[in-house]
Amino acid sequence: MDLLTVKNLTVTLATGRGDAAAVRDLSFTVGHGEFLGIAGESGSGKTMTALSLLGLLPHKGRATGSINFDGREILTSSKREYRDLRGKEIAMIFQDPMTSLHPMLTVEVQLTEHLRHHRKVSKDAARQSALELLSTVKIPAPEAALRAHPSQFSGGMRQRIAIAMALACEPKLLIADEPTTALDVTVQAGILKLLHQLRKERNLSVMVITHDLGVLSSLTDRIMIMYAGSEVETASTSDLLQRPRHPYTSGLIAALPGHNDVAKSSSSKRLLSIEGMPPELGNFPPGCAFHTRCNYAIEACKSALPERIQLSESHRIYCPVDPFSGKAGIEVAQ
Amino acid sequence: MRTKPISEEKSQRKRFLSGNGFVPFILRRLLTSILLVFGVTFISFSITQLVPGDPVAANLGQSAYSNPEIVAAFKKQFGLDRPVPVQYVKYVAKLMHGDLGVSLSSKRPVLEDLKEYFPATLEIALVAVFLALVVGLLLGIISAVTRDRLPDQIIRVFSLTGVSMPAFWTALTAFYLFFFVLGWAPGTGRLAPGADPPPTVTGLYTVDSLIAGDFSTFRQAVSYLLLPAIVLAIYAIGVLTRFTRASMLEILGNDYVRAARAKGLSEFTVIRRHVLRPALLSIITVAGVAFSSLLAGSVLVENVFSWPGLGQYAYRAAVGLDLPGIMGVSMVVATVYITMNLIVDILYRVIDPQMRDVS
Repeated sequence: MDLLTVKNLTVTLATGRGDAAAVRDLSFTVGHGEFLGIAGESGSGKTMTALSLLGLLPHKGRATGSINFDGREILTSSKREYRDLRGKEIAMIFQDPMTSLHPMLTVEVQLTEHLRHHRKVSKDAARQSALELLSTVKIPAPEAALRAHPSQFSGGMRQRIAIAMALACEPKLLIADEPTTALDVTVQAGILKLLHQLRKERNLSVMVITHDLGVLSSLTDRIMIMYAGSEVETASTSDLLQRPRHPYTSGLIAALPGHNDVAKSSSSKRLLSIEGMPPELGNFPPGCAFHTRCNYAIEACKSALPERIQLSESHRIYCPVDPFSGKAGIEVAQ
Repeated sequence: MRTKPISEEKSQRKRFLSGNGFVPFILRRLLTSILLVFGVTFISFSITQLVPGDPVAANLGQSAYSNPEIVAAFKKQFGLDRPVPVQYVKYVAKLMHGDLGVSLSSKRPVLEDLKEYFPATLEIALVAVFLALVVGLLLGIISAVTRDRLPDQIIRVFSLTGVSMPAFWTALTAFYLFFFVLGWAPGTGRLAPGADPPPTVTGLYTVDSLIAGDFSTFRQAVSYLLLPAIVLAIYAIGVLTRFTRASMLEILGNDYVRAARAKGLSEFTVIRRHVLRPALLSIITVAGVAFSSLLAGSVLVENVFSWPGLGQYAYRAAVGLDLPGIMGVSMVVATVYITMNLIVDILYRVIDPQMRDVS
């Protein structure tokens, strides 16, 4: 049994023009000790998927379907049951460490408050484990750091503190929402290294959400690509990066800077991009939502939702056309 | 990775000397406050001079005013025969020695008058501001937490009503309803007619009666105090409720609140520890202004309830063009404003560590 099994998850949000589905009929699993990457452009429903796992959808947001975590259904949990789950069994790291840490509370309070709440440990014991956590995430001078406020740390240090916060109660599942996006490239590498190390040292299942496939390439076991609230392709990391099948996935890979295979063929060193803009919430095109930007779209794509095609045990796509059959290479707009 | 040096003794001492410590901060603020008070004397003195009207005519009767000798004597007695700049310099010189001059209308030293009238106003203002803070904060928090649901809707209607009703109207309506119709309120004034006020220590009847151990006078003082204080508080309650709701909602939208919820803390802890504290920063600003504006509201409320306070005194001084009286009242009001600002600034530093940590 996988640690997390999500089935037919649909998340509806209230917008100015009425309700709109931000996540549509999404199913996926995260195994014990597995690192799953979820990738897609802004507005593809990645963050809403994560928030629905925690029961933290925004004001007037609704989730339907089924979320099975560690053998029990949690989507129907009461507020109280969700509170017992959050921070303790499922923890989350947010995108921007400059805003996700409380500016007025000391690092000690922020590192220990949930530990003391969930585990009912003494102040001293909580302090002790906070010190250990800070050394785990490689914060220099942990003693002094406990007394400090977040404003006294740089962005990378803050993200390390945020990771320490998430690890405090030894959760079974860690959700990292764009953990490196708000950071400098050099700092990003440090955070990724830390996540690698945690992966080795702890039996942790992690869901990494990002728009940057480069971040996932070395970190995850499997990657799920999302577009307009739906899954478009899921495969093992190596399969997905080397043998993408969905036109959107190949577009994303081609758009990676320094992705030589495609860059060479286009005989220029300009960055590639997928033409058009991702659709807005509440305005998803009918059929396959990607058909408006897809070079391979056939008539059926415009009206019918694409069926799931299982290419191998771990590789599945939602696309009726095979861009590699008959046609030469991937056409991507410059 | 760079972090700011933490807990290095050297840097802390340096910080203290460069004036970012708590004590230098307060000393600096006190100094500017004193300068501000003098600025206020200059402005209020100038404005009273600019007002058309003759204080002599306003304070002497018709027959006395037509007698040039009496007019000259009156002017000489109160120093009105001197040029205006000289009058100002003399006023400030006396002020340095704590002498606020003699009131034209009561013919008593203004300081004595203020000692008598100000505590009465302070008493209802303190009760009013306490009520406003407790009720306003509570309603604002409930309103924000139950956003768009029934409690929020009801509170929003009431707070809007509170800020929309003029003080004199609330005062008259409350007086009519609770005194005349229901008979719950005891009536006007600070104590029952003929009752002896407690021996003066602070001038606040409730406190003084407690000091004297006179509980029946205490109960009476409270019963007389309550209605005018509530009336005075209504506007401030409305303002504080609306402002608390707005700043809570603003803070609730922050990432760090979502992060706090993601830790599984109880909603009470999230609100108290993660939301209320940053929200308080902007709430205390408004609370400071609200307290100061209670003094303005007290003019009307005190007249309706015949409350012998600063508002009534200010009204009489203004009508009588009683220059020392007006100046005295302005000084008190200015001092209250400046003190409130000082308290608010100090509270900022207490609440927000960033104002202490980061220079």
